[in-house]
Amino acid sequence: MDSSALAAVWLTVKLATLVTVLLLVVGTPISWWLANTRSRLKGPVGAVVALPLVLPPTVLGFYLLVVFGPRGFIGQAMDALDLQRLPFTFAGLVVASIVYSLPFVVQPLQNAFEAIGRRPLEAAASLRASPWDAFFSVAVPLARPGFVTAAILGFAHTVGEFGVVLMMGGNIPGKTQVLSVKIYDYVENGDYTQAHWLAGGMVCFCFVVLLLLYGGRKRGAWSR
Amino acid sequence: MQARFKLDYPGFTLDVDLSLPDRGVTALFGPSGSGKTTVLRCAAGLERAPGGFFEVAGDVWQDEARGLFLPTYKRPLGLVFQEASLFPHLSVKKNLEFGMKRAGNAAGAGFDAMIELMGIGALLDRDPERLSGGERQRVAIARALLTRPRLLLMDEPLAALDVKKKREILPYLEALRAELDIPVLYVSHSPDEVARLADHIVLIDGGRATASGALVETLARLDLTAVFAEDAGVVLEATVGAHEADGLTRLDFPGGPLYVGERSEPLGARLRCRINARDVSLALTEHRDTSIVNILPATVVAVAAAETPGHALVQLRLKNDGPLLLARITERSRKALAVTPGQDVAAQVKAVALL
Repeated sequence: MDSSALAAVWLTVKLATLVTVLLLVVGTPISWWLANTRSRLKGPVGAVVALPLVLPPTVLGFYLLVVFGPRGFIGQAMDALDLQRLPFTFAGLVVASIVYSLPFVVQPLQNAFEAIGRRPLEAAASLRASPWDAFFSVAVPLARPGFVTAAILGFAHTVGEFGVVLMMGGNIPGKTQVLSVKIYDYVENGDYTQAHWLAGGMVCFCFVVLLLLYGGRKRGAWSR
Repeated sequence: MQARFKLDYPGFTLDVDLSLPDRGVTALFGPSGSGKTTVLRCAAGLERAPGGFFEVAGDVWQDEARGLFLPTYKRPLGLVFQEASLFPHLSVKKNLEFGMKRAGNAAGAGFDAMIELMGIGALLDRDPERLSGGERQRVAIARALLTRPRLLLMDEPLAALDVKKKREILPYLEALRAELDIPVLYVSHSPDEVARLADHIVLIDGGRATASGALVETLARLDLTAVFAEDAGVVLEATVGAHEADGLTRLDFPGGPLYVGERSEPLGARLRCRINARDVSLALTEHRDTSIVNILPATVVAVAAAETPGHALVQLRLKNDGPLLLARITERSRKALAVTPGQDVAAQVKAVALL
């Protein structure tokens, strides 16, 4: 493997780790709200969160480019604040990945929170635990399998994305050139040997992740 | 305790205004779907009745007229659900400590005594999922009480247990009843549990409180027997008076005595017994040529139609200012004996259930 391939691997790991952490931070309140709300907005919000599941990544990437680009409202707002615009930067990749992988984190968390039900939280309240206290001392530990699934899916899905990162990040080695884009690069240049190394590595990685996910789920290893 | 809750759900309205004793066990009794659990949830602050008012022993927890509503976690109460809602990720000990710590009882005052009372000393290091249903409920009760609540709320704590487990846990509840000096609201649809545990009873039906009063008097009311149907009957408090040589124990009370199979309780012990209306028959004279041991002189107070077709319920006052008794007899016998209020009769008690 040459150094640019290693750089792509490193960039991918860095991106996926950062995105997973941020997704757990962003996704937890969203899924908690979705699991507990009786609001009429539950349906629409759930649908918006799930959109990346069904939309072609290029559509997502296109709109992200539009919104964050020089004529987009967020792009212009960032210009006004003297911030660097996001397209074709690492930060842009992070934002795009968060949007793209959000449903993979929100849905397992929402399922886990819904499976807990109201009862343990009511019991916690009757034992003088404030809502925040009950959330961290009861809901989070009980939803642990959901958190593990969400983190694994969020990480793996971010590693595996292609269309969105290509549209939003482009193909700048060491900056926005992630693994999947690098493979595309190799194939386009006819370098099948290098492509094999990376592609085969991805197959192994994804297999191990899914093995962990399904094997762990079966044994109930994460239930505590 | 004052509780005023009015809640509208689609197809169901809860509307109760209760004044309850600040001591002893108050049973909220009624069929499922009657709203008794909703009353409990309102008292716990898990439901918020608009315009509601709730006060326990002088502490107001909800007074919407003043905009006051304490959320559940700020109310000094203990709550026991139908299924023990122990936290599965914590050991029994950690479960017990969960509420203790948060209620400012980190030092664990009363911990050992409570463990002893509920018989859970051997379970402390176990995981909740490795406990039997009865053990889980005992831990849940101990967990609630270790927060030193000022009100204990129990929502059908025995309903999820089979008959054997129920028998295993009832003595603990009775011990509790004797020890506790806080009011208990106990939701149940089991006449048996109510007869054993309650001091006061509120009948709830269709979201309304149809009666509220001391258990002994309320159970003897003729106008409420429809609620208990086949289980209509009274509860008596008696004292163990003598253990007789032929293997019977004498229970004393005004209007008594009653003889029952030998009991292990010492002389002077207080016992509660239940006499079902269907186990009482009437005679105009005190027959001695019968195998029935318990024949008590009484006066007919009132007569009403029973739930069972072809039967009548007779309310009796035992002589010597004794308690009320209910007898269920056939319409045919009522006519044959011409049972009318004011008449003196002999109540033949075929069975006494000791509780």
